[in-house]
Order: sequence, then C-alpha cells, then structure tokens
Amino acid sequence: MGITVVEVSKKFGEFVALDDVSVAIPEGSLTALLGPSGSGKSTLLRVIAGLEEPDGGQVLLGDDDVTHQPARARGIGMVFQHYAAFKHMTVWENVAFGLKVRKRPKPEIEHRVHELLGLVQLEGLAKRFPAQLSGGQRQRMALARALAVDPEVLLLDEPFGALDARVRKELRAWLRRLHDEVHVTTIIVTHDQEEAMEVAGQIVVINHGRVEQVGTPRELYDSPANEFVMSFVGPVNKIGDTFVRPRDISLSPEPDGDGAEAMVERVVHLGFEVRAELVRDDGQHLLAQLTQDEAQALELEPGMIVYAKPSRHTVFTR
Amino acid sequence: MTAKYALRFGALGYLALLLLLPVGLVFYRTFEHGFHPAWAAVTSPQALHALWLTLIIAAIAVPLNTLFGVVLAIALVRHRFPGRGLLNAVVDLPLALSPVVVGLSLYLLYGTGGWLGGLAGHGIKILFALPGMILATIFVSLPFVVREVVPVLREIGTDQEQAAETLGAAPFTTFRRITLPAIRWAVCYGVVLTTARAIGEFGAVSIVSGRIEGKTETLPLYVQSQFEGFNTTGAFAACVVLALIALATVLAMRMFRPKEGAA
Repeated sequence: MGITVVEVSKKFGEFVALDDVSVAIPEGSLTALLGPSGSGKSTLLRVIAGLEEPDGGQVLLGDDDVTHQPARARGIGMVFQHYAAFKHMTVWENVAFGLKVRKRPKPEIEHRVHELLGLVQLEGLAKRFPAQLSGGQRQRMALARALAVDPEVLLLDEPFGALDARVRKELRAWLRRLHDEVHVTTIIVTHDQEEAMEVAGQIVVINHGRVEQVGTPRELYDSPANEFVMSFVGPVNKIGDTFVRPRDISLSPEPDGDGAEAMVERVVHLGFEVRAELVRDDGQHLLAQLTQDEAQALELEPGMIVYAKPSRHTVFTR
Repeated sequence: MTAKYALRFGALGYLALLLLLPVGLVFYRTFEHGFHPAWAAVTSPQALHALWLTLIIAAIAVPLNTLFGVVLAIALVRHRFPGRGLLNAVVDLPLALSPVVVGLSLYLLYGTGGWLGGLAGHGIKILFALPGMILATIFVSLPFVVREVVPVLREIGTDQEQAAETLGAAPFTTFRRITLPAIRWAVCYGVVLTTARAIGEFGAVSIVSGRIEGKTETLPLYVQSQFEGFNTTGAFAACVVLALIALATVLAMRMFRPKEGAA
C-alpha cells in the first residue's frame, strides 16, 4: 500500500519539527528518510504511524485518509531503535502479541509465529526472554513481531542505530533480502547516508523539518539538489563556491597545466580505497579519494608535492 | 580492613541499640511470665475487636490507595496537564504532615459546625466511627504506591506501550498486558508499605475515632489504652502482635524487591 503525506506540519512548543512536508512513497518500495538528528525524520515516521498527531496536513495509506485514526487501526508494523521488546514475555509471546490482541485462532497463531521465527532465524530461541538475546537477535525479534500482523506498511525507526558496526552491516543486507521476499511497503529512518544508500531504493533527504530532495541513491549522489544534500550524502570538498567529490580530484606527480600545487599531509589506507589529505599553497585543504593501485603508482606519502585537478565539480546557484 | 569492620560493627551496634533492643525488650516483657498470660491478653474480646477493626480498615484503605496510586502515577508520568506540578507536590503532603494535623483537619471538616458536619444529622456518621477512621488511614497512607510506581514508569518509558499500540492493542489491553506486568513489583512494594502504615497508624486515627473502647479502638489505640490503664501485659502482648505484623511486612517487602539486574 502506498503512503502519501500531504503538507504535514508539526511543532513541539516553539520547535518546528515538520514544516509543510509532502512525500509520496510508492507501494512496495523501500524508502529511507535520511537526515541529521533533529531534522524531523523520526517525527515524520511517527506521524505516519499514528503515534504523533500532526498540527496540519494529511496522511493517506492507499486511498484512505488515516490522519485522525489511532495507530492501532492503521495496519502498520513498527520497529523501534531500542527494540521496545516486551521484557516480561518470551520471544514467542512477543511475536504472537499482535495476533493474540486480534483474537486469531490458536492454530493460526502457532503456525504464523513458527513461520516468522524461521524467517528471522530465531527458531531455537522461542522460549528465551529478550534479556537473554543479543542486540541483533532482539531487533530481528522486533521485526518478526511487526511482520506477524501482516502490516500494509512496515516502519523502521533507526532500527540498527543501537547495534555495533558489523551486526549493523549484516542486518542491512538481511533487511534488503527480506524486503525482496515480503514486498511490504517499507520506510526506514536513518541518519547514516551509507545505510540509506545501501538499503533503500528511494531516499527522502530531510533537514530542518523540510524535504530537501527525493531520489534514488544514484540521483542524490550524482545530481544533488543543493549544498546540503551534496555534503550530506557523501564527503565533499568546498572550494570557494564550487563543490568537488574527493573521488573527482585527480592527482599527478608533475605540473600538467591547470592542476594546483598541493602538499600531501596524510595518507589513509582503507583497503581498496586510499584517502589523501592535501593542503594547497593558498591554504585550502582538500580530500582526495584514490584506489590502492592509483596511490601506489603515485607513490603517495606525506610531505610529497602533487598537482590536484578537479575532474568534475558542482556549483549551486542560490 | 579495620575501617571496614569498624563501619560494619558501628552500623550494627547503632541499629541494635536504637531498634532491636527496645523491640526485643517488648518481646521479653510480654513473655516474662510465660506464654499463657500473653495469649489470654491478646485473645480478650476487646483485643480481638481491636485487631479485627485494624484489619478491616487496612482491607478497605489499602485497595483504594493502590487503585488510586496506580492511576495517579500514570497520570503524573504519562500525561501533561495544567496543575501537574501541584498535584505531584500534594501527593507528598501526608508524608510531611504530622498525623495529628491530619486528624484535627478531619475533625474540623466533619465535626459539629464543620463544612460537612451536617452529614451526621442525616444519619451518616463519620467522626467517632469507622468511616472517619478509614478516611484518616487513607489520608496518611496515600503516597506510598504512587511514590513506588512513578520512578518505575519513568524508567520503562513509552516504547513498549507504543509498540503494543502499533500492534493493534487498545489502551486498556496495553495497560493490562504491558504496563501492569512491568510495574507489578513496584505496586507490590507500595502495597506492603501502605499496609504497614495503615496498620500502625496512631495519631490521626486517635483523634477521629474518639477512642471508644470495644467500638472504635484499633490495635495501636488499644495498646495505648491498656498501657494507660496499667495493664502492661495486655499492652505488651498487643505490641508483639503489631511487631509480628510489621516483621511479616518487612519480609514480604524483601520478597517483592526485584533482584539486582533482573528485568
């Protein structure tokens, strides 16, 4: 079921969390709401969920206006950053909760919970309590719990934010596969651009309660709508009014016309990728991204003089 | 090492001298002439009536304060409304106020010439009767459940309740299935404290009851009246009953206190 948000505003006291936000989320898509903390992305998700009532505007699920419906009537599944596990219930009881509340027949509940625990790979842990699970397992349990009620819409509020980097990466890939299997319209809130790009087919960039840009990961990276999106979706060099991605700076050991002279300050090896921090003689700092092979060919090391030239740059008109 | 032992024995000695010795003496004096005189004293009709009255008052005041305490705690923690700060402060009033003041204010309110003094003329007897004693007991034992439940509600936060809501649970289902299990130990602990206070209350009940022997005398009042009448065996024996109830309460409290680190 598609989600349409029409001119939604929300204030907390004097703080404007959402300022006239309109977004369309296509049915079956996996969309990321991306923005820095305090940008309003979580508030937007909670407005869609029905946990927060907007001051103005509309929320539509499919063709139904659900703006004034309580969360329990919206047919959504939600996963919270800190799991929100029911601590006094076992994994099994957690997953079965939504079905029991809906008074589904017992055999159906048994079958469905079993199926879901298989889907999230927690079959053997059904009798454990949440306190006996790792963070990653707890979050998979929370996902199974949300999926149990066959939601029309799955809402994930920074679901991997409290997990360590390795588990986070695993769960991202897993979520992507899960979405390919289940096809439920999914929104994931994150402040991590890498996470958004890796997982989502569509990204909505939010800042100061406004939508800055909507697009595929590629569109955002290659043709950002403004300065904020440009610098938020990836590292960037700002030279006067022009913006250059670190990978768009080419380095050569000899002067080659318009390349500016710069000294290598630091070289960071990240496996395949090498980052070089440079400083031009006019004091401008630059970050360049190279492959390992390129760095080797240049024999990059601190103190060395190179010539830096942007191969591609962006200027925003204000 | 020495300092550790000094601290330990210092603390134990202090408690022994100030708490255990006086209470122990009551036990000693009660049974100094054997078990039978003490048993006879606590099974006298007047003593049994006092015990019965004390238990009835607790049986009415404690459930009411528990219900009210849970509702008030949820209101204070989960809702924002005008006067919330004031309400939060007023809840603590019975802890700060001397029970004598509570008794006197009830006396003024329901006594002859008081705002609600006219009730007596309509056959509703508050003062010098059970209703007044229950009101006084509710007043003094009101804060305990609220004060136990509020911090636990704060700590568990709203995440689980919201998750239940998104899963389709109506507000009361969420309360029964999610909130109540999470606060159950705090409620039990609050009930135990409320019971202890209700059973032991002297000052406020003393004033509103009129202390009519065999009619409006609770166990603590009975102890006082026996002591004043030089029936020390009766006074001490009743004291032992009160002390045993208190002991049972403290043990119950220890049982209900959640283990460290347990969810």
